[in-house]
Amino acid sequence: MSSKSNHTEPDVVVIGGGVVGGAIALGLARSGARVTILDEGDAVPRASRGNFALVWVQSKGFGMPEYAMWSRRSADDWHGLADILGEETGIDVAHSQPGGFMLCLSQDELGKRVDAMHRLHNQTTLTDFPYEVLGHAETKRRLPDIGKDVVGAIYSPLDGHVNSLKLFRALREATTRRGVDYRPNCPVESITPRDGGFRINGSWGEIATAKVVLAAGLGNARLAPMVGLDAPVKPSKGQIIVTEKTAPFLHNPMVTVRQTDEGGVMIGDSQEDRGFDTVVGQPILSVMAERAVRMFPRLAGLNVVRTWSALRVMSPDGFPIYDLSRSCPGAFVVTCHSGVTLAANHVLTLAPAILSGVLPDAVASFSARRFHV
Amino acid sequence: MFRPMSDAKSAATLSFSFDGRPLIGRDGDTVAASLLANGVDVCRETPVSGAPRAPYCLMGVCFECLVVIDGVGNRQGCMVPLRDGMTIETQHGRRQPEEMQG
Repeated sequence: MSSKSNHTEPDVVVIGGGVVGGAIALGLARSGARVTILDEGDAVPRASRGNFALVWVQSKGFGMPEYAMWSRRSADDWHGLADILGEETGIDVAHSQPGGFMLCLSQDELGKRVDAMHRLHNQTTLTDFPYEVLGHAETKRRLPDIGKDVVGAIYSPLDGHVNSLKLFRALREATTRRGVDYRPNCPVESITPRDGGFRINGSWGEIATAKVVLAAGLGNARLAPMVGLDAPVKPSKGQIIVTEKTAPFLHNPMVTVRQTDEGGVMIGDSQEDRGFDTVVGQPILSVMAERAVRMFPRLAGLNVVRTWSALRVMSPDGFPIYDLSRSCPGAFVVTCHSGVTLAANHVLTLAPAILSGVLPDAVASFSARRFHV
Repeated sequence: MFRPMSDAKSAATLSFSFDGRPLIGRDGDTVAASLLANGVDVCRETPVSGAPRAPYCLMGVCFECLVVIDGVGNRQGCMVPLRDGMTIETQHGRRQPEEMQG
C-alpha cells in the first residue's frame, strides 16, 4: 500500500487537473474542503495547453445571453483572481484587461461583425454591454502598427489576456499549498455511488469520497453517465502559431493575434472566426499567418518558432455545461471551452456553490437538460 | 572544445563567416555545431542584461544559440543546417523593429 492510499478520505474528488479542474479545486480548498485531484498523464490531449489565453467577453453569448453575463462576471472577477494567485504563490500570471479588438480586413467583414454585435446586444439584459465600432483612422490611432488593409474594428473595454502557462502553474502551486492532493497518472475507469458518496476506481486503485466533480474535459463524455449526468462534448481542433520574442508593440489582445508578456506573438484560429471565413482548399496555418500579417505588417519579418494544434472541448452549442446530478447527489460536471476566461468564476463562484450543493441561478441555463428539449 | 564523432575528413567542407571572420565548417553540421567546432564561445547577448550566451541544448529548446544568418535575426543556430557561403553574426539583444519590416 502506498502512503497515498492512507490519506484521509477527501470531501471532494476533482477528476481532471487542467485549468478547469485546477480552478475548481482551488475554489473548493479555499472554501475549506479537503480535495483530491485525479489527473491523467501528460500524454492526454490537454486543452489547457492549447488555449489562446484570452479573457474575452465581446462576441460571447449570441443565442444565450446568460453566457455573456457569466463571461462578463468572470472578466470582472479576474482582477481578484490574479491578486489571489499572486498572494498565494508569488506567481504573476500577467493578467491584463486593456480592452480587446476584432480587426476587420474588408468592409463586408466589418459589416457582418457589426450586425452580429447588434443582434447580440439587442438581446434583453445585454443592452448595457459596452463596445465600439471603429473606422480605420480611429483604429490606427489606438493601434499604430496596423496595416492599411484594416478597414475597422470592434472594440470592447472588458477584454484582456493572461499568460496561460503561468496560470496553469499558479493553480497547481496554489492548490498544493492549500493541501490539495494532486495525483497524476490516475485515469478513472469507474465511478460507483456507494454509502451516500462515491467510489472511484482505476488500475491505480480506489478512492472514496463524499462528492465528485467531473472536470475532465473531453473525458467528461464518458464519465458523466456513470453518475447520472450528461456531457455531450466533442473535440474541436484549434491551431496556434507562435513567433520569436520581439519588442513590445501590442498591449491589447485581438481575437486572433496577441503579444504575450514575454514578447512572443501568438496567432490563433479562434472559434469565433469560423462563422465569417470559409477556408476551403488552403492550409489553415498559412491563412492564419497571411491574415495576421495584413493586420500587422511587421509580423512578416518575425521567425515562427512553433505551431501546434490542440483539441478544445466543445459542447453542441458551444456554451458551458454545469450540472449537478439528481439521481446521484454530490456529483457535478463542469466543462467549457473558455477555461481561462471563466477561471475566475470557477474559483470564486462555482466551486463554493458546488460545496454548498446548490448551483446558482446564473448557471441554471448551462444544464445539459437544454440538449433534450 | 568540441570534436566530431565521425571521421571529419569524409565530409565536404563549407565556407562561412562569423562576425566577418572566415571559417570552415562541415556539410551536414548545423550552424550551432559549426560555431562550436570553430571555438566560438559567444554568439548571442541577452536582450535585458546583455549577458553572453552560446549554444546549449542543440535541439531547439533553449534559444541560447540565436544568431543573425544572412541578415535575418534571431535564427536558432541549432535548427539551421550550415550552407556554403553563409554570413553569420552575433545576435546582439533583441531584434530591432527596423530590421523586421518586410
